[in-house]
Amino acid sequence: MKYVAGLRCRECGNEYLVSPQHVCELCFGPLEVIYDAEAIAADVTRAELDRGDTSMWRFAAFLPAPDERVDIGAGGTRLIAAPRLAAEIGLRKLWLKSDAPNPTHSFKDRVVSVALSMARHFGYEVAACASTGNLANAVAAHAAAAGMKSIVFIPADLERGKIAATTIYGGEVIGVEGSYDDVNRLCAELAGSKPWAFVNVNMRPFYAEGSKTIAFEIAQQLGWRSPDAVVVPIASGSLLTKVAKGFREFEQAGLIENKPVKIAGAQAAGCAPVAEAFVAGVEDVRPVKPATIARSLAIGDPADGYYALQEVRGSSGSIANVPEEEVVSGIELLARTEGIFTETAGGVAISGLERLVRSGAILPGEETVVLITGIGLKTLEVTRGESPTHIIKPQVEALAEVLSWQ
Amino acid sequence: MAVTVKVPAQLRSLTDGAAEVSIEATTVREVVALLESQHPGMGARLLDESGALRRFLNVYVDDEDVRFLDGIETSVPEGSKVSIIPAVAGG
Repeated sequence: MKYVAGLRCRECGNEYLVSPQHVCELCFGPLEVIYDAEAIAADVTRAELDRGDTSMWRFAAFLPAPDERVDIGAGGTRLIAAPRLAAEIGLRKLWLKSDAPNPTHSFKDRVVSVALSMARHFGYEVAACASTGNLANAVAAHAAAAGMKSIVFIPADLERGKIAATTIYGGEVIGVEGSYDDVNRLCAELAGSKPWAFVNVNMRPFYAEGSKTIAFEIAQQLGWRSPDAVVVPIASGSLLTKVAKGFREFEQAGLIENKPVKIAGAQAAGCAPVAEAFVAGVEDVRPVKPATIARSLAIGDPADGYYALQEVRGSSGSIANVPEEEVVSGIELLARTEGIFTETAGGVAISGLERLVRSGAILPGEETVVLITGIGLKTLEVTRGESPTHIIKPQVEALAEVLSWQ
Repeated sequence: MAVTVKVPAQLRSLTDGAAEVSIEATTVREVVALLESQHPGMGARLLDESGALRRFLNVYVDDEDVRFLDGIETSVPEGSKVSIIPAVAGG
């Protein structure tokens, strides 16, 4: 980890050695990894990055990256042009950064690859997390590949697909009677006494850095430049803040030109504490009790909501508050126009994008990237269409009777 | 009235390593004041310059976030459990 200089409190600036801790002992502010930015700028070149493979670890200089890594192929997802969706929404140039092709089919593989690499580096043998589902999949999978035990904590009533895609890896899956925020509080307490690597508690400073690789890949895939706007679904707000940080770090390293990137967010109305704080013009997020079908975004007390608000406001962005009924229509719109089946968080991002364009928060000429953070197959219960559109006898005439458009 | 306060790992240097302390208090504000008098230094760690609970600290009375109750004025019934937990976790 030649470029990692330590950890620093984002609030009071107190510095710490690289160690498994996530909050400042003085003020409880979040700890962040600090790097030797000058050395990175001197050493890292576009040419070298273009020559490397497509793994997210090609950006190791910008990550807490021990030599031995837990890597099952996270990242390296394509940036896909979305002309039909763009036309429907009223944008001239739109890209999808779809993280559905990841090993466990969400962006969480990126953050967990970093978190468990660091957990191994620190000598942990047990991987743990509080999860709304996707993270549980990623932790269980990466732990299995690393030969670690895993114990993941989820709300007991989570979507079945998310549970099935976790238990298969053989770790402990603890269903907690309560909301994600209850699960999270439990894990924050457990992390104080158990010798486990909780990826989003004591490993959080390292874990969160993994999300920057989405911005890095976007910049590289656009031909070493940033887009005009990026739309990010908000749960804890960590993804949004780290994507913004990723573009900034590439600017500092001289890999892309300095250019403002509008950072926009989206939340579902049933759990929209950050969107509500944005509209209210307040600096702190007031927690809510989530009631949304977008379970992967159902965090009523978002840890990085405060910073997500700052990133959005500082970049002239906005945050869409998506009505619950538009979550599924967003999923359907993306599937119908671009052939990509996303989960509820992706539906929030697509309908959020639509609203941001309609309200003028994103202008028609602004080249936009929308993050599709996970696959639709894990949340089948929210979408319609579990039966065929027609059922016929195996006869040519029978088809003619049901199809109006042939 | 006695309540049990759960102390996060980051503050246990002030409680001689104790993860729980017992306190006679009726509101969260009193809990904080008594923690400070019994474990000097605690007040500055829990409250910001304006006297409010720190932004990145969550306080729960019997598992409910005090921001859903009366904040620092939330009452703490006899025998209740007050948990002080760093807010930056999860997601």
